[in-house]
Amino acid sequence: MNDQIFSLNLGMEVTIVSRISEEEVKYVANLARLSFSDEEIKTFTTQLDDIIGFAEQLNELNTEGVEPTTHVLDMHNVMRKDQVVPSLPREEALKNAPLQEEGQVKVPLIMEAD
Amino acid sequence: MSNFETIIGLEVHVELKTKTKAFCGCANEFGAAPNTHTCPICLGHPGVLPILNEEAVDFAIKAALALNCDITRETKFDRKNYFYPDNPKAYQISQFDKPIGRNGSIEIEVDGVKKKIGVHRLHLEEDAGKLNHLEDGSGSLVDFNRVGTPLIEIVSEADMRSPKEAYAYLEKLKAIMQYIDVSDVKMEEGSLRCDANISIRPFGQTTFGTKTELKNLNSFTFVEKGIAYEERRQEKVLLSGGQVEQETRRYNDATKTTTLMRGKEGSDDYRYFPEPDIIKLKIDDAWIDRLQAEIPELPDSRQKRYVEEMGLTDYDAMVLTQQKTMSDYFETATAGDADPKLVANWLMGEVSAYLNSKYLTIDEVPMKPEALAKLVQLIEKGTISSKIAKKVFKDLIEKGGDPEEIVKAKGLVQISDEGALRDLMLPILEANKQSMIDYKNGKDRALGFLVGQVMKASHGKANPTMVNQIILEEIDKL
Repeated sequence: MNDQIFSLNLGMEVTIVSRISEEEVKYVANLARLSFSDEEIKTFTTQLDDIIGFAEQLNELNTEGVEPTTHVLDMHNVMRKDQVVPSLPREEALKNAPLQEEGQVKVPLIMEAD
Repeated sequence: MSNFETIIGLEVHVELKTKTKAFCGCANEFGAAPNTHTCPICLGHPGVLPILNEEAVDFAIKAALALNCDITRETKFDRKNYFYPDNPKAYQISQFDKPIGRNGSIEIEVDGVKKKIGVHRLHLEEDAGKLNHLEDGSGSLVDFNRVGTPLIEIVSEADMRSPKEAYAYLEKLKAIMQYIDVSDVKMEEGSLRCDANISIRPFGQTTFGTKTELKNLNSFTFVEKGIAYEERRQEKVLLSGGQVEQETRRYNDATKTTTLMRGKEGSDDYRYFPEPDIIKLKIDDAWIDRLQAEIPELPDSRQKRYVEEMGLTDYDAMVLTQQKTMSDYFETATAGDADPKLVANWLMGEVSAYLNSKYLTIDEVPMKPEALAKLVQLIEKGTISSKIAKKVFKDLIEKGGDPEEIVKAKGLVQISDEGALRDLMLPILEANKQSMIDYKNGKDRALGFLVGQVMKASHGKANPTMVNQIILEEIDKL
């Protein structure tokens, strides 16, 4: 996620090396449309820091000459024919929508263009 | 003359006309009742497995080839994450760093000047649903029929320098997509959509100015007008000592202006990452060759052939090749002996006038290309006059049929027999002797009057050239 390491000087001789800042956690939370109390942000910053630290163990591997891997399966070109299969009945498709109107899902007004 | 140069780049989305959506078997159909073409996959339910539509990939590769792109031999799909009610998964399956096509180009022509416009990239992705905003402002309604239908996004280089060039680029792009038959490219149905990036800079400056992005360009004319407004607006800002802000603006046709939609603060972070559900694609030579072989002769090549082999003007050849249906019609009509130039004249004159007045396209009228060819030949041979031809044409384009039979059935054959013409004309000339004398005395208009009388009496069937000649002979005899 973030391979930069941020240093945070706490004004003492102790320096804690942090892999992710609270600001970054707030930024990511905002992208995910989540809001947290200051207390929670602190907790998640520590937890995410641990997670990144765990994942960073991979950096110990020598990946010289290894192509970036996006899929672990040794397969390619898995496709289907362009053939229509029945869709869901509308009632079924909209079952989970709390607000409906004219066979559509009703949402709060969106100002930006679609 | 402005001191600024305009830099334009266009982002075009083209809906592919596959039978089904990009990753599920729901029908890809415009205009169906809302939310009748959805399934757990396109609605983004958890635990589903999207599977790539082979035809969508074929169409994307074909489009990339037709735009002269390099094909990325090993490609993949990525997730573009964003929250919006038209997108139930909260991400769009798209392509980030490995688009199917790159480094393409198309040629445009503006005011007789040809120019190459670069195609930066072409990638395959899925469309979002449709939001219908309620008039009373109480909310928006979402129709998910369109969600997951395949799109190609075509990003041009910032090579265009005027609204006219942008217009020409779109026309050409649309024509190419039509020729290769991968999309309906109907802007009014949203199967072709366009956003424009515009910046200006003083002539001679090599770096680009700050650009604005223009949205809501619902027709080619809007694109042209929107860009034209935006270049004037930016110029005013700069001349008054201000700075152009990087922002997204919306074109409003009612006021012919652009208004701010959102500024830079809202700039997006899509957190792209490889789509784990879609396995990578390897595109080999055999695949490319197969699709290359399916690409028909494209508009540029047809245009060239019409000029070089058929003797059309550059302009006529360009207009006739803009729409595949029109070009195909022309090809069929000229497959026989009909003179291509005459056929072209009819298509660009009478036929186009009729089509425009009825909002039809050439494939929607009952007149077959072979019939138009025959009509042209009947005129060439002198069987009918061009005046009569217009009457026959009216019948043909409205009801179809065979022009030869229409001419026979209605007794419209041109009278070119001198004896028959004289029999018809002499009484008329006798009755209008004064006009003959007038003409002899230098009143030129009198001749037109006499010809008109004869044509009227013959119901337009008299051969006008011969009528003229006979009248002059008779006047000489006075």
